[in-house]
Amino acid sequence: MTVLDEGIARPHAPEHVSRWVTVHAWATTVDHKKLGVMYIASALVFFLIAGLEASLMRIQLAVPNNDFLPPNTFNRMFTMHGTTMVFLVGMPMFFGFGNYLTPLMIGARDLAFPRLNAFGFWLFLFGGLLLYFSFLGGDGLYGAGTAPDVGWFAYAPLTGRAFSRGNSTDYWILGILVSGLGSTATALNLATTIFCARCPGMTWSKLPVFVWLMLINCLLTLVILTPLTAAQVMLLFDRFLGAQFFDTQAGGSAVLWQHFFWFFGHPEVYVLIIPAFAIASEIVPVFSRKPLFGYPFMIGATVTIAFISLSVWAHHMFVVGLSASANTFFAASTMLIAVPTGIKIFNWLGTMWGGKIRFKMPMLWCTAFIFSFVIAGLTGVMLAIVPFDWQLSDSYFVVAHFHFVLIGGLLFNIFAAIYYWFPKVTGRMLDEKLGRLHFWVFATGFYVTFGTMHFPGLLGMPRRIYTFDAGRGWDLLNLICSLGVLVQAIGLCFFLWNVVRSLLRGEPAGDDPWDAWTLEWSTTSPPPEYNFESVPVVHSRRPLWDLKHPEDPDWKYE
Amino acid sequence: MSAAGTSSTLATTPPAVPSPWRLPDKGKVGMACLILTESSFFAIFVVAYVFYIGKSLNGPFPADVLELPILGSICLLSSSVTIVLAIRALRAGSTGMFCAWWLVTILLGLEFLVGTGIEWYGLIVEHGLWIDTNLFGTTFYSLVGFHAFHVTLGLLMLTLVLVFGLTGKLRPEHAERTEVLSWYWHFVDTVWIVVFTVVYVIGR
Repeated sequence: MTVLDEGIARPHAPEHVSRWVTVHAWATTVDHKKLGVMYIASALVFFLIAGLEASLMRIQLAVPNNDFLPPNTFNRMFTMHGTTMVFLVGMPMFFGFGNYLTPLMIGARDLAFPRLNAFGFWLFLFGGLLLYFSFLGGDGLYGAGTAPDVGWFAYAPLTGRAFSRGNSTDYWILGILVSGLGSTATALNLATTIFCARCPGMTWSKLPVFVWLMLINCLLTLVILTPLTAAQVMLLFDRFLGAQFFDTQAGGSAVLWQHFFWFFGHPEVYVLIIPAFAIASEIVPVFSRKPLFGYPFMIGATVTIAFISLSVWAHHMFVVGLSASANTFFAASTMLIAVPTGIKIFNWLGTMWGGKIRFKMPMLWCTAFIFSFVIAGLTGVMLAIVPFDWQLSDSYFVVAHFHFVLIGGLLFNIFAAIYYWFPKVTGRMLDEKLGRLHFWVFATGFYVTFGTMHFPGLLGMPRRIYTFDAGRGWDLLNLICSLGVLVQAIGLCFFLWNVVRSLLRGEPAGDDPWDAWTLEWSTTSPPPEYNFESVPVVHSRRPLWDLKHPEDPDWKYE
Repeated sequence: MSAAGTSSTLATTPPAVPSPWRLPDKGKVGMACLILTESSFFAIFVVAYVFYIGKSLNGPFPADVLELPILGSICLLSSSVTIVLAIRALRAGSTGMFCAWWLVTILLGLEFLVGTGIEWYGLIVEHGLWIDTNLFGTTFYSLVGFHAFHVTLGLLMLTLVLVFGLTGKLRPEHAERTEVLSWYWHFVDTVWIVVFTVVYVIGR
């Protein structure tokens, strides 16, 4: 196995290479590490764009009767914000970290199909660019509409030709369809890698939890993403060939689109959050100085979540008017999924319990994640209660709920992961002081905005309205929500400054700055193209612990 | 691992890693994943078909215009047998027999496609049924069309392998890879069984 305390490999100041050589090398690469970095970097760029769109909406809603954004533009903003966040931020974050870390954690040279990997990435990126091209090209030949304005779940019949003229909806369909094909390819690739490229000794019971969760997530992605593709193909047929899938006047069903979309859409939420679980399951043990509490339960709970997530979709449709028995079934299955999720929370708490906790940046974010995610889960269970949902469906309460899931759950852990693995990827540490500023300012802004947002929802404020009258009791609450966005933006500036500064002159990281246990820390930072000098052999779930503590190795107890 | 005693720091030697370290073939796992995701894709079209059975507002209706595609179905299903015989021949080292059975597989697949073409010609030209005619046309052409599209893709890949076989590039050690391709072909066949049942038996 690779020697641990080898000299620190610096990102070598290269013998002057032309910029074009570098660009060419990145554009033609099939290396999982470069592709992983490109996934994460593109996701961050799309994240800033989507954040800007959200900020514009919050400016518009800061005061009543505002005319900062015209109604049509407001519709485009929430459509593009939602679509971008789900498909161009959440998904590429999953594939970025999966790509970069999976081969390193299982002691492999690369993914199973490196070229397919590059293909998947470029499909995703150009799909995203196609979606954003709609700002320019959405006018089409009809002179109607720029950028999709049908909402991220694009309900029929709003997407029909009669109601959505021009090509903006077509850009929504094609952009997501193309990037979806890329995601399917990469999910297939990652799953195959985990089956077929594990280093000697890495049996299923010794696989790092991160990799296990990636595998489950990839399989879930394979099951749910092509249904969206199929539904989008149907919509394309409707719009271009005159097919009648969702054409209610010809006997088609608008509700069928909702079923198809949410059959994808709800498991998709789990596809976004399971990588967050994976990240927390690596970071919490390392910073609690204990092995993960309940390894088999963690994996079992994730498998259970993946299965149950396939049967909860209609809880998005309680107000559609399904039968009472359907409502009951979907309410029950939705509540059921809280059980394995709760198991996970207890496992992370159990890992921290009695541990020697080091509150470094990654651990701070993970701890904040556990807090926020419990709140998100509780409002989720509330919304699973059908009469409660009838009252609050399509209100800001729902918006607050899923932002607690996707920011407090996913984004907090993405930040944790960036602080944790940045040293491995770049060879330099992120600054701890700037990191703390980033953490406290951003987390405060998040709670101000989205904690507050529950209340206008409870007071009856519907989502997706572009303005509201004064004196309904929503004024102050909306102003607070909008001010919180400003605080989040300042926090984000600390983060961006931190990344730029640390890239240029961050403290050298060394191979294993966190005294961690998985294989990626046994190679240099950044890892060489070939990852490992020799193929590692593992004997336990924490191969680096065994190496550092030969007198008390893990394999004696597993 | 080396014999005990070479390393004084180790309390004991770790349990031996299974040797040789065997992992599944990446071609087969990749194809299994593809089949999983494709099944999901077809499932949505099948659900749409079943959901819209009998919901068309105007004709032509399936009972009036659809006939059982018996010959095509027999051809497609038996091509799953001939492809197995081809791979068995390749494993046994007989490239000639492989090419013969492989060619039969392609011809059977082609016959299926020709059958679909004739059926569609009749529906479009004689019965005036197209994708925008009614819900039956919408769901029929989508589902059957996507299946035929997959058969076409399969035929292209099968033909590519046949070219390799005829030019002498194919050797018995490639049997595993042709088997991966055959999984795809079996999958396309299986989808046809579902399509046949839903469209021609239940939906008629």
